[in-house]
Amino acid sequence: MAVLECKNLYKSYKSGKYVLADMSFSVPSGKIVGLLGPNGCGKSTLIKTVAGLLVPTKGEVFVDGIPVGESTKSLVSYLPERTYFNSWMHVDELVSYFADFYADFDKERAYQLLFDLSIDTKARLSTLSKGTKEKVQLILVMSRRARLYLLDEPIAGVDPAAREYILGTIVSNYDPSSTIMITTHLISDVEQVLDEFMFLGYGGQIVMAGGTDDVRAETGKSLDALFREVYRC
Amino acid sequence: MAWRFNDHTPVYLQIADKLRSSIINGEFPPGGQIPPVRQIAVAAAVNPNTVQRAVSELEAEGLLVARSTYGCFVTEDSEAILRVRRDAAYRLVNDFLSFAQEMSIDSDELITLIKEVANGSSGMQEPV
Repeated sequence: MAVLECKNLYKSYKSGKYVLADMSFSVPSGKIVGLLGPNGCGKSTLIKTVAGLLVPTKGEVFVDGIPVGESTKSLVSYLPERTYFNSWMHVDELVSYFADFYADFDKERAYQLLFDLSIDTKARLSTLSKGTKEKVQLILVMSRRARLYLLDEPIAGVDPAAREYILGTIVSNYDPSSTIMITTHLISDVEQVLDEFMFLGYGGQIVMAGGTDDVRAETGKSLDALFREVYRC
Repeated sequence: MAWRFNDHTPVYLQIADKLRSSIINGEFPPGGQIPPVRQIAVAAAVNPNTVQRAVSELEAEGLLVARSTYGCFVTEDSEAILRVRRDAAYRLVNDFLSFAQEMSIDSDELITLIKEVANGSSGMQEPV
């Protein structure tokens, strides 16, 4: 069964213009999918709709066959593009906070990852750099045992070495029964962990989708090169 | 450390090449078990499905044998490994020759050069 399914999904904000228009797709379990597209094409809108933070204007979204709503929040682990934690909290307080909130949270795993990235768990969030805050947030999100992970720009603010570690974390966390959807502009960094990709266009539609390695087999180009070609300004 | 991949060939083929080399050079000996897909995926920082595809490719070539639940093993047929080794060497030489042909260097000259370089005396001038 599909972990994520969108049926004729439309979303418009106050302006009335459709950010997502008649979008239909489904993602089976065990896939890592890249949601790619230029700025303002609706990537975050789609992610937020799937996370249940935005209500579709028209159409339906299902996670694990359940219409998105309160009950799907326990199945979805969402990494927003911005940090939303209280800056006065300490890292270990946040870990307990997540453990209290989510039944599927794996505390041991979180501490292991924090240790691997040498993050001081006694530190107050406000004393951490932007990149370190992002790492903390990603660790918390990936330490849940969710069915669907939605990662909105997970590696944008972190250094290349940590980027590699984080991608490794995503790969080692990979569970054939779950699915990960990632949005990013750093396509060449992420390409090799993606099974599939979806290119979104400004019309709010999927302009291209397929298997990442098939792109190379068919065109001899990397996903990054294909992206530059499709969205040439 | 993540492995380096080029931008124009499918990643699974590049992983298959790398595993094939490890089998040819004996790092993974005949009959030996190769690391689990997940472990290779983490080491290479690539998607486990991609590694699985590479492994299936080598299974199809007869180099690897999957024994369900036990993992994946290198074939005990050392003849087969020798054949693959020969094929790999053949491809290498072919690529090398066509490259040399582009610069119209003939094979006699190449053979002399190869011997020279292998013996440690390079024909190139030392930079001052």
